[in-house]
Amino acid sequence: MKKQKLVVVGAGMASGRMLEHLFETAAEAYDVTLFGAEPRGNYNRIMLSPVLAGEKTFDEIVTHDAGWYEQHGVTCRFGETVTAIDRERKTVRTSKGETVYDKLVIATGSAPFIIPVAGKELPGVRAFRDLDDVDAMVAAAGKPEAKAVVIGGGLLGLEAAAALRLRGMEVVVLHLMGHLMERQLDPAAGFLLQKELEGRGIKIHCKAQTKAILGEEKAEAVLLDDGTVYPADLVVMAVGIRPETRIATDAGLQVDRGILVDDQMRSSDPDILALGECVEHKKTCYGLVAPLYDMAKVAAKTLIGDEAAFRPVETATQLKVTGVTLYSAGDFAEGDDREEIVLRDASAGVYKRLVLKDNRILGAVLYGETSDGSWFFDHLKKGTDVSQMRETLIFGQAYQGGAPLDPTAAVAALPDDAEICGCNGVCKGKIVSTIREKGLTTLDGVRAHTKASNSCGTCTGLVEQLMQVTLGDAYNPAAVTPMCGCTPLGHDEVRRLIKSRHLKSIPAVMQELEWKTSGGCAKCRPALNYYLVSDWPDEYADDYQSRFINERVHANIQKDGTYSVVPRMWGGMTSSKELRAIADVVDKFSIPAVKCTGGQRIDMLGIRKEDLPAVWADLGKAGFVSGQAYAKGLRTVKTCVGSDWCRFGTQDSTGLGVKLEKFMWGSWTPAKLKMAVSGCPRNCAEATCKDIGIICVDSGYEIHFAGAAGLDIKGTEVLGLVKTEDEAIEHVAALTQMYREQGHYLERIYKWAKRIGYDEIRRQIMDDAPMRKAYFDRFVFSQKFAQVDPWSERVSGKDKHEFKPMAVVTREAAE
Amino acid sequence: MNAEIRNWVEVGSIEDIPREGARCVKNGDMTIAVFRTAKDDVFALEDKCPHRNGPLSQGIVHDGCVTCPLHNWVISLETGAAQGADEGRTLAFPVRLEDGRVLIDLSYSHEAV
Repeated sequence: MKKQKLVVVGAGMASGRMLEHLFETAAEAYDVTLFGAEPRGNYNRIMLSPVLAGEKTFDEIVTHDAGWYEQHGVTCRFGETVTAIDRERKTVRTSKGETVYDKLVIATGSAPFIIPVAGKELPGVRAFRDLDDVDAMVAAAGKPEAKAVVIGGGLLGLEAAAALRLRGMEVVVLHLMGHLMERQLDPAAGFLLQKELEGRGIKIHCKAQTKAILGEEKAEAVLLDDGTVYPADLVVMAVGIRPETRIATDAGLQVDRGILVDDQMRSSDPDILALGECVEHKKTCYGLVAPLYDMAKVAAKTLIGDEAAFRPVETATQLKVTGVTLYSAGDFAEGDDREEIVLRDASAGVYKRLVLKDNRILGAVLYGETSDGSWFFDHLKKGTDVSQMRETLIFGQAYQGGAPLDPTAAVAALPDDAEICGCNGVCKGKIVSTIREKGLTTLDGVRAHTKASNSCGTCTGLVEQLMQVTLGDAYNPAAVTPMCGCTPLGHDEVRRLIKSRHLKSIPAVMQELEWKTSGGCAKCRPALNYYLVSDWPDEYADDYQSRFINERVHANIQKDGTYSVVPRMWGGMTSSKELRAIADVVDKFSIPAVKCTGGQRIDMLGIRKEDLPAVWADLGKAGFVSGQAYAKGLRTVKTCVGSDWCRFGTQDSTGLGVKLEKFMWGSWTPAKLKMAVSGCPRNCAEATCKDIGIICVDSGYEIHFAGAAGLDIKGTEVLGLVKTEDEAIEHVAALTQMYREQGHYLERIYKWAKRIGYDEIRRQIMDDAPMRKAYFDRFVFSQKFAQVDPWSERVSGKDKHEFKPMAVVTREAAE
Repeated sequence: MNAEIRNWVEVGSIEDIPREGARCVKNGDMTIAVFRTAKDDVFALEDKCPHRNGPLSQGIVHDGCVTCPLHNWVISLETGAAQGADEGRTLAFPVRLEDGRVLIDLSYSHEAV
């Protein structure tokens, strides 16, 4: 039978989930063409707030990548807006022409509501709806002392405000109603939330009626009815959404607030289905993800002729602002027939309120402490008669008989049908059985197979506890090891926050991230210094007092307090002139030991610190620069003689080694970086145990990485094969930059690569050309500031104090 | 020599020492490390770690201590005592600041010598 043609308009979360269900049950039923107005596929829109805050990257929130669409044979038409539907001829039209369908699914989502005031068209006024909005807001936040006004104090507006504040903007929230998030919160909880946000430096203006947005060329300020003016470089409209129904209306489908659908998600035309935020079902439009996913399930079944019906369920909401815990569910308006139970602990910032009717929970608002949210919600949905536990109900599950339960035991006590993940409607029994059936041991595994905690992520803790219960000791949550005793934060956390909060000095990091010691310690200071050098190459002023002595004086300290000096010999090549200069220096300063290093260069050992600048001056005259043999940075590029001399050499390995070293010297890395280039697979330069190695072959250059020959011994992994020297250099530099940006301080590349995953590194460096180019460009940029020979700087007088005693006390003075 | 006879010797200005850093003072065969903390307190220790004689002047200065560059022992700038589980003590000298000038009481060194 010939496959039917399915055209889907809108590539968002609802249609994405529908396609997943469709391919699971009837992969061969349809030829699918997917139109999306955004120039990208399906991503987790709920997580745009963390992306805006800099807590996640866009890549982390992509649900379906190009590979997924290809695997399922979906024809993607992203960036192409469908402008009309011809129901007679069963086609849809875009600017590029017409496409025929047998079945059509409309999933156009919603459009942000823009309040009709003067100035709403000005540049600088944005909605908060898609990645383009996020990019525009991030760009606006990048300007010094930039100011933002967020119109709308609901879920979306507050998430945007908190994220922009984290990015360093001055933020004002304008809210029409008397308290924040009035649809989810009662006034008391709204007030606690307002206090919390004000504590973060966000100004909140309630009962604010926006009159106009002022500005000539672009938005400059917001004017309120009461005459207040707030200056603004950025105005974010987050007052609400409305279903995007235009093409349905134009096509003559029945549309009220949204596109009208029946229980099977069919519109008034049986060949056209609709789902998601654009539809209206029994007088209700939906904006939360859980009901949309239920619609997706139903729509997929309808498409293959199975019976299914959409039955809306209660949903709970959580605010995704890091550090604010807020949970609300159900209906909590006051009423004569309703009772409420309230718990307040103002100093602890805890507020809990339950609304009851006929001994059944009707609504719940939890602020500050939300771990019982899903338990209350469970009783709410089931309509449990709570009269037996009413006295202790507000204290939560732990107080319902017997000894208080720890969180893990509390999860263990939940019934199998208790909902764990509200977004995806995953219950406990499904997670437990999937863990057992598939032998899952990681959170990522559970997410991949069950979707639990895969959307907004707020139930991650519950899922982990469930894994603990199911797997026992076999589950080892990757506990974060703190950087040092000065902070509970791990290296990844600190690196992420340095970027997202624009922290550009060690005191700023310690202040903002609440370091427990006043000035750090010998563990965290060098690490922070490296992270700041690596993340802000042009802006950060290197703090030499936070560097280990070797990097501070650019030589290697020895056990007796003397130093060793290793000049660069590019690719291990030298000359009679260089060797003569070294011989002269050794004689002149009576250097006691001279040795060849493992990296093909010469080490002079036993030099007194006071002599270092003079030694460097003499070496400098012969053209030597520092070999950085002391650095957590690029050390050497070892080479063999390659096609210049060797009868087996396939490429100019020496030349490539010299080029790489000249291109990459001076760069700081999390730990030392040693490289090698071998001219043929006989591998005389021992490239396959280096941090990064290249093996030349007839067809090009095989790039290796993540080898080790120190405390651990490990052969390299293959990154991939490239054809030209230029490509080899670009790939190596991009890989180095990726490691520079992600590695923990003192973590060698093989440990980093194991942590990140070899395939992920190959994907980013070999397969994703734009990403590789971006890494490469950032490496090149940082090299502009890094390639200064530290020896000649010090010969010219920099850091003189390091090399001279402060005073020499004579006998007379001392007596 | 009596320990009660003080021998204050001026070794330079506080500005000669980098903040959270150290400079050396040669006193005969002995080297004294003079430290300046982030809060501009100044301390003087013999430039010798009690562990393996590492030059403490080359270490990282933090929170009233210095970490030896050779094996990461942490030494109190005030007392010269090794911190944590390590045991040992480096000679500490009294220091006085007068209008930004650093004076060290070297009478102790004579005792030690």
